Order: sequence, then structure tokens, then C-alpha cells
Amino acid sequence: MANVTMTAPATERLQLLRVLGPAHIWALGVGIVLVGEYMGWNFSVGKGGMIAGLAACWVAGLLYTCVAMIDSEVTSTIAAAGGQYAQAKHIVGPLMAFNVGLFLVMAYTMLEAANAITVGYLLDTVAGMMGHTGLNQKPFIILSIMFLAWLNFRGVLATLTFNLVITAIAFLAIIALFVSVQLGVSAVPMDFSAITTSPLPYGWIGIVAALHFGLWYYLGIEGTCQAAEEVRSPARSLPYGTMAGIMTLLIAATMTWYVCSGLLPWEYLGQAGTPLFDAARVTGNTGLMVLLFVGTMFSTLASANGCINDASRAWFSMGRDRYLPSWFGAVHPVYRTPYRSIVFLVPIALIFALGAPLDQVVTFSILSGLLGYTFMTFNMVMFRRKWPLDTIKRGYVHPLHPLPVIVLLTLCAAAYFAVFLGYGTQLSAMMCFYIVASLWFHFRRYQFVRRGDQFTMPWPKPAGY
Amino acid sequence: MDIWNILEYVAWALSAMFGALMLINLIRIDTTYDNELLTSSREGEIEVTAERHQI
Repeated sequence: MANVTMTAPATERLQLLRVLGPAHIWALGVGIVLVGEYMGWNFSVGKGGMIAGLAACWVAGLLYTCVAMIDSEVTSTIAAAGGQYAQAKHIVGPLMAFNVGLFLVMAYTMLEAANAITVGYLLDTVAGMMGHTGLNQKPFIILSIMFLAWLNFRGVLATLTFNLVITAIAFLAIIALFVSVQLGVSAVPMDFSAITTSPLPYGWIGIVAALHFGLWYYLGIEGTCQAAEEVRSPARSLPYGTMAGIMTLLIAATMTWYVCSGLLPWEYLGQAGTPLFDAARVTGNTGLMVLLFVGTMFSTLASANGCINDASRAWFSMGRDRYLPSWFGAVHPVYRTPYRSIVFLVPIALIFALGAPLDQVVTFSILSGLLGYTFMTFNMVMFRRKWPLDTIKRGYVHPLHPLPVIVLLTLCAAAYFAVFLGYGTQLSAMMCFYIVASLWFHFRRYQFVRRGDQFTMPWPKPAGY
Repeated sequence: MDIWNILEYVAWALSAMFGALMLINLIRIDTTYDNELLTSSREGEIEVTAERHQI
């Protein structure tokens, strides 16, 4: 195995700063996702009961473990901002890359909007508990987006260090609740009798329907690879941070299901707005209540923060390659961030945060994510075929290929069916949107793309070419 | 007017401030630097200068 050093280009270029380590990657991935432990996942219990909620937790965990493994291998080799977009560009082709880029931007911008809505809802809840009714949530929704966008504008190191701190606190809050309940702090004993009295209240179809909301436990872990161009050692940091992230989430998800299912009746849990916070309230311990409220707020802010980071990188990469106007491909000369993309996406997030209902926004985010996961399956097969293991160096090689691909594709199909059961219209509308966007790209935009500059990795020619 | 009403006004003011900070900085940078330099970033440049993937 040999690495051949080449000379640096003479012209000065502005590049994104390579300042991040594995901990920042962990913070980016887990930070985007952990809010799903604090809210949203519990609708899976409402769809199918406690057992269906646990099945959804672990089946979705298996799906995302496949996503993390596949993503780690490809991203450790294609170290470019844009993540899966850059992967699609190198391995599949321009039209796929354009669509994947859109999936990413839509998924993260919608999730950012959903998080901002949640911040407003949480503060309204607290105001209500303090006797203030009719809180105007809009200024708080706008402030959360504006502040985090400004933080992202100012630099990636501060942004993801901030994410690391608040994500760690939110994760430790879940562990503290779990340990406290185990030590008997709760005023209410754990009760799992519903598992035997009403194991599957809506039958086996309830497990399939629950899968839709089981995705909330892990949705966004694949966002780690958006930082590929800003980590000091992509081949090491990206697989390390991503795999540590999915392990963290599997632990947090199982603990969350266990504590909430034990403390809250499943009929309530299935429609609760903030299940972990509610579980802390049931314990009657003020310290736990405060800690879990802080955890809920921090996880929400961490998710929005990571989403701004990831959506702007994907948008920036598409602008840099002229898939979008090249104006978006600018790097700030001082902060070294994709500042125009960050600013441009702020009003889009605000429109969805202020004008769309939460469940619709999250469903569009999930659907865009699912489309991205489906892409990963054949992307991985093509990657291994075109560049077998003995042709290019990989930072991580995922085991048992093609089993994870088959499992991922099967679970994606099940998840599409689950989403179709509840949100068939939105699924159809989303597909129409991407078809129209693809037609626009093919007939109008592709003429501006610099075709010769698309393939940027110093790889040998693919097998068979 | 209670604390929550005051917090609403503070949130509006801070939102405007962060928005203005970003916009002013964006305009200042765009008028100070050449667009060719600002959009000079290229994907994969580090990889080309650092290593070739050969086994």
C-alpha cells in the first residue's frame, strides 16, 4: 500500500477549515438525533402499543446500524462536504447527486423547522406552568433559528463544540433518569403490566405502523458525513464518530422506551408531547424534572444546530459544482464557513417553522431521509463493484456485505409502507416534487454543470471502464 | 406586563440583532472581496495534495 505525495496547487483558494475531531462528529450525529428520544418516538406506542413501540425501536435501530456502517465506509473514502451528495456524484451520476442533495437539504431544513416549533411549544408549556397563558411563540421560534444560524455563520468549531456540550448534557439527563428510577427515586413504581394485558392492541399491523415513528429515535445520524471536509482526519474521525453515535443512540433509545413505558400508561404515552419530561414529572422529583426539561431544550437546540450545519454544507456543495447557482458556493474569508448558503436557508426554515404544522414538517423530513437511505443501498453495491476492496484505501470496511444492504432495503420498503398507511398523500406529493425538480435539473440546469470537474477523488478508474 | 411579555420583546430584539449581524457581515464581505476568491473552493483539493488512493 503506498501513498504518493503531490505538490500543492500554486493558486490561493478559500477552503472550509479542517478543525474537527471525532468528538465533534459524534456531537453532530447524536445532536441532530437525540431530540427524537425526547419526543416523537412515543407515537409508535400509540400506533401499536408497548410491544410495537419496542419492536419499532429495535427494528429502526437495525435499519440505522446498516445506514451507519454503509455510510462510514463510503464517507471515509469520499471526504467532501455534501456527504451523500458527493458520494452519489462519484458513484452513480449527476441526476442522482442532484436528487440526493435535495433530499439532504429538505430533510435537514424541515427538521430544523420542526425543532424551532418545538422550542416555542416547550416555552409555552413552561409559561403555562407558571400561570402565563397565550404566550406568543413566534419570537422564540425565530430567535432559535436566528441565533443558531448566526453561530453557524461564525465558525464550525464553535458551532460543534457548543453542540458537543449540550448534546452530552441531554444524553446524561436520560442516563440520570434511568439510574434514578432504578435506585427507587420515583414516587410511582415501574409498571409493565400492559405488556401482558394488551400486548398488541391493534394487532400485528400495529408493529408496521409503529415503524414510521420508530425512525425518530435515529433520524439524522447519517448527517455526520456532511462534516467530511472539515475534519482533521476523515478516514479515522468519520467512522469513529458515526459508529460511536449509533451505539449511543441504541443505548439511549432502549433506556427511553424502558423508563417511559414503565412510568406512563401506554394510552397516554402514545400521544404525549414530551414523554421523557412527563416521565420525570411522574417521579415527583423536582431535580429530575428540571434536568429533563433542560435536556429537552438542549436536545432540540442541538438538533436544529446540526441541521443548519448539514443543510448548508449540502447546499454549498451543490452551488460549488454549479448544480445550483455558483453564488452559493462561497466560503467566508475569515470564518471559513459556507456563509451565503447559511443565510439563504434561514428564511426557508422560517417559512416552514411559522407556516406549517409540526407533523407535516416532520413527515416531509422523514420521507426525504427515507429516500436518502434507499439511495444508499444501490450506492453501496455500485461502490463495491466499481472499486473493489483491493483497489482503493478505505478508512473503514463494513462487514457482511451485502447483508446490511439487503436488510436496509427491506426495512426501507417496510418504512415506506408504514408512512403510506398514515401519510399517503404527503408521500405522493413528495415524490411529485422530486420528479419535477429532476426534470428542471435535466433540461435547464445541467448545462451549467462543469462536467469535467465532477470527479474529484484521486481514485483509479472504476472496474470495467 | 409580566416576565413572559418582556421575554417576547427581548426575543424579537435578539432575533433582529442576529439577523442584522449576518446580513451586514455578508454585504461587507461581498463588497470587500472578489467573488472569484470567495467562490474559489474546490472539492477534493486536500486529497489531491495529500495522498493518492493506491494499494
